[in-house]
Amino acid sequence: MGFEFNNETFRNDFTFRNSERAIKRFPFPFDRDDYMYSVNMEPHVPGRPGSVFEHAFDVDEHYLAEMRDRALVLKDDPLRCQSLPHMELAGWDLLELIMESKARDYPHWFELHKTGNRWTWINRPMEIEQTFTFLDPSTLPYGPMEYITRQAQGDFTLQDQRDENLWIEAGMVTTQADWSLDFDIGMSFHEWHAPVPLAHEKGVFDRALKFLLKLQHGAPVRRFNWTMTVDPLLDTSPENYPKWGPTKAEINLDNIGHRQHLRVELQTLWRLPRSNAIAFPIRCYLIKFEELVTQPKWARRLHRVVRDLHPDLAAYKGFLRNRETMVKWLSQFDDGLPTSPGWWPED
Amino acid sequence: MTEAGARRVMCRAPVQPGPAGTDRTMSQTVFEKSIRSRPVYGVLQPRAGTAHLCVADGEGAGAICDLFAKAGPDAAGMLARTHVIYVPSIATGSDHFASLQALGAAQCHRSPSFWAAEPRLRKVLADAHMGLQVYLAGTETLIGLAQRDVMEAGLPHEAVQTEHRGSLARRVQCVHCKGITENVTTDPFTCSHCGLNLFVRDHYSRRLAAFQGVNIDAEDPGQVPPAVERFK
Repeated sequence: MGFEFNNETFRNDFTFRNSERAIKRFPFPFDRDDYMYSVNMEPHVPGRPGSVFEHAFDVDEHYLAEMRDRALVLKDDPLRCQSLPHMELAGWDLLELIMESKARDYPHWFELHKTGNRWTWINRPMEIEQTFTFLDPSTLPYGPMEYITRQAQGDFTLQDQRDENLWIEAGMVTTQADWSLDFDIGMSFHEWHAPVPLAHEKGVFDRALKFLLKLQHGAPVRRFNWTMTVDPLLDTSPENYPKWGPTKAEINLDNIGHRQHLRVELQTLWRLPRSNAIAFPIRCYLIKFEELVTQPKWARRLHRVVRDLHPDLAAYKGFLRNRETMVKWLSQFDDGLPTSPGWWPED
Repeated sequence: MTEAGARRVMCRAPVQPGPAGTDRTMSQTVFEKSIRSRPVYGVLQPRAGTAHLCVADGEGAGAICDLFAKAGPDAAGMLARTHVIYVPSIATGSDHFASLQALGAAQCHRSPSFWAAEPRLRKVLADAHMGLQVYLAGTETLIGLAQRDVMEAGLPHEAVQTEHRGSLARRVQCVHCKGITENVTTDPFTCSHCGLNLFVRDHYSRRLAAFQGVNIDAEDPGQVPPAVERFK
């Protein structure tokens, strides 16, 4: 694939960084110079070779480091992975989806061999070889959702569908933008989105729910979301907010380029075949401001988006206190020239 | 789905029925428009059913009395198949059990606390037949805890009615240590388990029957705004 897995950390000494290749393929979420909530969903079809859209589940240079970080989070707080009892079948659906996708898209790293319900899964980067019986949880070291999401980048939630609603009833959540699975588990679609400002009034969630209830197997969709994070910390959980909150007060013009990160979520939605549940992978990508501004179009555009963002959104996304510093620092990279439509880096 | 935290974005507090000039005959609580995960409460209405279960605390007794007053000539027939479970207000201790006893329901039970009443409530729900009507009245905490038992028993949603009366005190889960603090009336408040200063986020879990408490001075340790009584 032309790259190696980074040996890096997302805590303590924060050695995470993006290679030049990773910067070029970063999923910059703004396709224009301003931002407001919208449903903004599109079919999750294979995209440009080399881009994060090339495959169903992107495996990048941060894979092994992210999986190590996930294991540390779970060791510290097992409540980050929960599944209500009726969601086990959806967990198997998810396991199958991820194993089949990775074995198909990355055959040099992953293999899946099936003899009836007897499956053998090989994950070379993580040095795992596991033979198990599909749909028999006693043959795996964890439940099916936990087993496979300990080997897949990004958070995952599973939504049951009933009573014309979606219910968040299982999840692996260790790289979240400040929401609590432990608190939200069991909620309906509008309930778990309740704290989001402005979007309810715009009817965003009504439309999104209507759309998702009709999501078809084999026709996944995707959208972006984004926020800001100080230091490359994957685990910005509300549980640990007292630990990472103080770092927001440490941002200044000297360190912002290195410590402030744009945090982008590539969210995909998949109808699952047996359970009829919806799988919701939330893949987090981090990029340092100093890495991002190496792409002139993104530098101009991010300056304009942050400068003009509705204050309620800046507050909700948790960077109101550093917004002025961000705008000031980013402004040196904005020469006022127009930007081309779309999110690709080249003008 | 990211829910990056809006720190210190104070939520609108519910308001008590207004001062002079407004209709004081209705004592059910009037809430300001709130966010989506917050429960919505109605006004109890008598419904046809094979049996009736009333669970109330504190001022909720008034809602139960009003319910049977509305039933008019049908009240006697309803009461013959009614089980009342009552708990004095956890917030104020107010006890209106006598007014419920006077109704003459088939069963009328007073428990010192919700936790003392819960085994009985669960037994009644487990024994329930099709057509049971459930009426929950009183504080948000009582309604939330009882509703959780009703949901776990698998009763249909449409068989349950709720009416808020009395204290607006909240049951709040600390998102950090997971401990639940009962009877929270101020914002911010101190977590009774870990001691962090928490603001009460207007985000409610029916599974926990609790609101969410989030550390208010994480970014600026020690800078805690004065506590305001928001949930009296």
